[in-house]
Order: sequence, then C-alpha cells, then structure tokens
Amino acid sequence: MIEIKNLHKSYKMGSNSLHVLKGINFSVAEGELVAIMGSSGSGKSTLLNILGMLDVLDEGSYNLDGVPIVDLNETKAAQYRNKFLGFIFQSFNLINYKSAMENVALPLYYQKVARKEREEKSIKYLEQVGLKEWAGHLPSELSGGQKQRVAIARAMAAEPKVLLADEPTGALDSKTSYEVMDLIQKINDAGNTILIVTHEPDIADMCKRIVHLKDGVIVEDKKVDQVRASQYV
Amino acid sequence: MFSRDNWKEIFETIQKNKLRTFLSGFTVALGIFIFVVLFGFGNGLINTFDDFFGDDATNVFFIYPGKTTIPYKGYKSDRFIEFENEDLEDIEKNFALFVDYITPRIQRGGLVRYKNESNNYTTRAVAPSHQFCEKTIMMKGRYLNQEDIKNKAKYAVIGRLVEKDLFKGENAIGKYIDITGSVFKVIGVFQDDGGDNEERNIYIPYTTRQLMEKGTDKIGQFIIGFKQEIGYAGAMAFENSLKKYIKDKKFINPKDQSGIYIRNVADQLKKNQQFAGILQIIVGFVAIGTIIAGIIGISNIMVFVVKERTKELGIRKALGATPKSVIGTILLESVFITTVSGFIGMLLGVVLLSSLGEKLKDFFITNPFINLSVAIGATIALIIFGAIAGYIPAKRAARIKPIVALRDE
Repeated sequence: MIEIKNLHKSYKMGSNSLHVLKGINFSVAEGELVAIMGSSGSGKSTLLNILGMLDVLDEGSYNLDGVPIVDLNETKAAQYRNKFLGFIFQSFNLINYKSAMENVALPLYYQKVARKEREEKSIKYLEQVGLKEWAGHLPSELSGGQKQRVAIARAMAAEPKVLLADEPTGALDSKTSYEVMDLIQKINDAGNTILIVTHEPDIADMCKRIVHLKDGVIVEDKKVDQVRASQYV
Repeated sequence: MFSRDNWKEIFETIQKNKLRTFLSGFTVALGIFIFVVLFGFGNGLINTFDDFFGDDATNVFFIYPGKTTIPYKGYKSDRFIEFENEDLEDIEKNFALFVDYITPRIQRGGLVRYKNESNNYTTRAVAPSHQFCEKTIMMKGRYLNQEDIKNKAKYAVIGRLVEKDLFKGENAIGKYIDITGSVFKVIGVFQDDGGDNEERNIYIPYTTRQLMEKGTDKIGQFIIGFKQEIGYAGAMAFENSLKKYIKDKKFINPKDQSGIYIRNVADQLKKNQQFAGILQIIVGFVAIGTIIAGIIGISNIMVFVVKERTKELGIRKALGATPKSVIGTILLESVFITTVSGFIGMLLGVVLLSSLGEKLKDFFITNPFINLSVAIGATIALIIFGAIAGYIPAKRAARIKPIVALRDE
C-alpha cells in the first residue's frame, strides 16, 4: 500500500538547514495498523506529513497504492489527498460552524458527491462511531472524545486507502483515548490501513506494528501482539 | 464554480458566520450609502445654485442709458443718453436675425393705494414680451397684451405680495387701485421665482406710462431677448455690434465706456455654469474618495476574513479542497455579500435622497438626487474592486500548505 525508499527531508532554518529525515525505507501493507513512535524532534510528524502529501519530500520515492507521488501540484495533491487519504488530527480540526454531519460530509463535497447521498453517507459513518444522535450538533457542543470520533467518521467518509492519525489521543484523557483506540481497532479490523503517530507506549501497543524513529532514521521496526482497547473500555 | 451545491455551501457559510457577514456587508452598504447621499447632496447644492441664478431668462441683454464722458461729433461730455420708442423699432429692424423680442422698461416708484391700504411699490412700464425675460408666472388673470399697449390701457398686473398686502385676502382681479394718483384696473396677479422683491412689482403698459408723463416717447431702459440658437458666441458678437450700433446712433464716442451699459446675462450664465462645474468637480472628488475608502474598507475586511479562516481553509485543503475551490469559496462569498449589501446601501441612499426633497433647502440643498446609472456604476465598481481585493489574500490562502495552516494550537 505504502512504499517509501530512501526518503530525505530537510528544512531550511535561515542559513543552516535541518536534516530531519535521513534516508527512510519503509513500507506498509494493506490492512496494517502501524504506530510510528519517537520522541519529539525525531521526525515522526514530518514523515506523516509527507505520507499525507501535506509536505513534499526532498529525495527518494513514495508510492501510494501503486501511484508514484511525485511532482504534485497543489490541485493534484488535493485530489490525491481526497481520494487516498483520511486525516485524524490531535486537535480534531473540525470546522466549528458546521454541525457534526456537515463536517463528516465535507470530504464528500470535494468529491462532488450529491448532497442527498452526502447526508446519507455521513449519517452512516456517524452511526459507525456511535454519534448518530449528535449529527446536528456543533463541535462546541461535543466532548473531546466525541469530537475525535466525528473527525474519525470524517476521515472514513471519503473511503480512503489509508487513514493517517497524528497523535489522535494526544488531547484526550486515558479513558477516552482507549475508546478512540477501540474505534480505530474496529475500523482496522474491517480491513482499513491505518498509520498512527504517537509517543504514548500504551497507544502504540494497541497497534499491530511499531516503528521507532530516532534522529531521522528508523531504529526499530517490529510486529507486536496487539492489546485490545476494548478491555479497558 | 456556479453549481447549486456551491451556492448552498456558500449560503450556509454566510448564515453561520453572521458577524463576519455583517461586518463586510455593513462596510460596503455604508460606503455606497454615503456615496449616494454625498453625491445627491452635491447635486442638491447645484440645484440650489441653479435656483438662485436661474430665475430670469438667460438669453437676454439689459441695456441701460448712461452719461457720456468724452465729447464727440460736436456734443459735449456729461450728456445724458435717452432712448426713445423709435430706437427699439430700429434695433428690431436692424437685428431681426438675432432679436427674438424687445421690451422697454420704465421703472418708477410710488405710493399705491387700495381702499385704506397703501404702500410704496415699484411700477414697471413694459411691453407684453417682458413676461419672457423675467419668467413671470401668471397665477390668475392675464398679463399685458398688445391691445393694452395700443389702447394705452390703464391696466395693472400686480405681484402676489402686492395682492396679499393691499387686498388682505380679497380677490384683486377687476378691482381698481390707485398708482401715484392714477386709477388702474387689476387684470392679473403673478408670481416670480426671483424672490419676494420680484413679487412686490407692478407691471403696466409702457405706453400708458408715457401718456401719464405728458405723452413722451422716452423709455428708461430696454431689454432684448435674443434667439437661443445663436449660442454663446453669437450672443457675444451680437452684443458687440449692438453696442456699436447704439453708440453710433446716439453719437457716443466708441471709446466712451459710460454712454450706455449692456448687461449680458449669457456672459454671467457662462460664469455661473463654470462655478457649477467646479461644484460638480468637488462633489466628484468627494464621491471618488468615498468609494476609495469603501474599497480600502472591504479590502481590509477581506484580509481579516482570510486570516480568520486560515485554519478552516487548511482543514478544507487537507480534506481535498483544490486551490481553485478555496479561492472560489472566498470570492463567491465576498462577491455575494458585497453585491447584496451594496445594492441595499444604494437603495437606502436613493430612498433617503428622494424623501428629502426640499427639506434641506435651508442648508442650500434642493431636491438632492443621483443618477441611477451613477449609483449602480459605483456599486458595481465597489463589488469588482472588493473581489480583486479579496482575490489577492484568497490566492495566498490557497497557496498556504495545509500543514502550516493546521499547525499553531
């Protein structure tokens, strides 16, 4: 599903440049649930941004579902993001003046899905995350866990190849975190490929594979026995 | 870009961001409103100006006799010039191409009495065509006519205020008044836009006056109405040759400036028009300034709106919004708001102007108005410039990487 070869990325900071990713080789198969771990500054968020086409790589190659992601202009990147990827952010990033349902329907709007179908689909995905009753509520009327579940429903709505989650539980208490992880595991059980960036070991343990990043290189890449979040809920 | 779905999305955004909508809408509406009102006031000022100076006909010369200062052809200086009836006939014959009408005006003051009421009024002995040069408006009865002149009739046409003062509400028509000892029958009452003083005049046939003054054929001054079609240049040329003709006829040295005086209203009119033109330019400057201020206002708000929406736009981009759709969203929204509020502001301004009418006459603003095409043009200009002003930050916003927009927290 994801093929990364010899990926380099550096940021210009005034006169000197900061080499963040120093030759990453990494691949993800369909249906995997991968945790990318590392301390802050290890380059894990940069990697996720490049995977999410929110940022461009300097060197190396990136294939997503057989499509080489290279030399994308803004429009093309937007279309690929819409088609291939679903994002889950630490700070949820819901549009605050849109109801839960409208937020979920937004990626479908950019897929030019008809309004009625959009509404049906977004209700369906809200139901999957257990928030059907909250469809008409604004984000400000939801709790943190609910917001993140709306964001997950939104990421799912476009039926992407890969879900990218950047610290999805970073802003949540542990009980809510486990609820969210439970949801993510269920989505993964249904066959979806998911990448999670986290620095919390217990969250990483709930994935099937853990990739450790340190100073821009992968220091460890191991399969783990998944801890089911449902036992804590 | 113009599908129904897009509009729905935009309407929802507008509805759910009331403060933002209100701010940008209010700025535009206010800008256009002030523009319309100021422009209208400017026009009202010009109207007042026209009222002040537009009371008399403009295609008119007033010719006054004077006193010579230079001896000429055996005549001494300090000689008083006088005009006679035959002078008028000669001028009419010689300048038939230019002259529309010609009327003497012999002006005398004196006590006028009706029953127990009396007052001093100016009596003007004139020909019927005098009505045109003063733009006298008949309220009732009739003006003097050619028959009255021929019969030297003792008829008088009195001003509105003369009737009001002397007759105290009684109808003056058919009544007899005493003008400095002679009895005249009132045949008409007039009004005049020239103000109260004009309405305290009394008109009688000039032949009657001449009869009262021992059958003289002298006339005081006279007024020539020239044909409108000769234009400004024609009027100036006519004035010159007329001056020459009269000086020659009355044996006045061509260089003598005080033998006769000609007041050329056309010349004054031109000056007045120039002044009105300057007023128009000032009004234009103020109007353009208002529009520019409006454009700057809407530009500021657009920058603010884009800034405020940076995060939202970042989210939208992460979800698959293309740069084009980001720009489209911002622009369509702003154009929609400016269009609606622009026309609301314009309508309010026009309604205010038309409701004012003569209410601000004390402040020299009469019937303020604005050309609808000017108002619509200004509104459209504001919309277009608002869109351009919005396009620049929108384009920048579309280029922002979603990662940058989503960072902060």
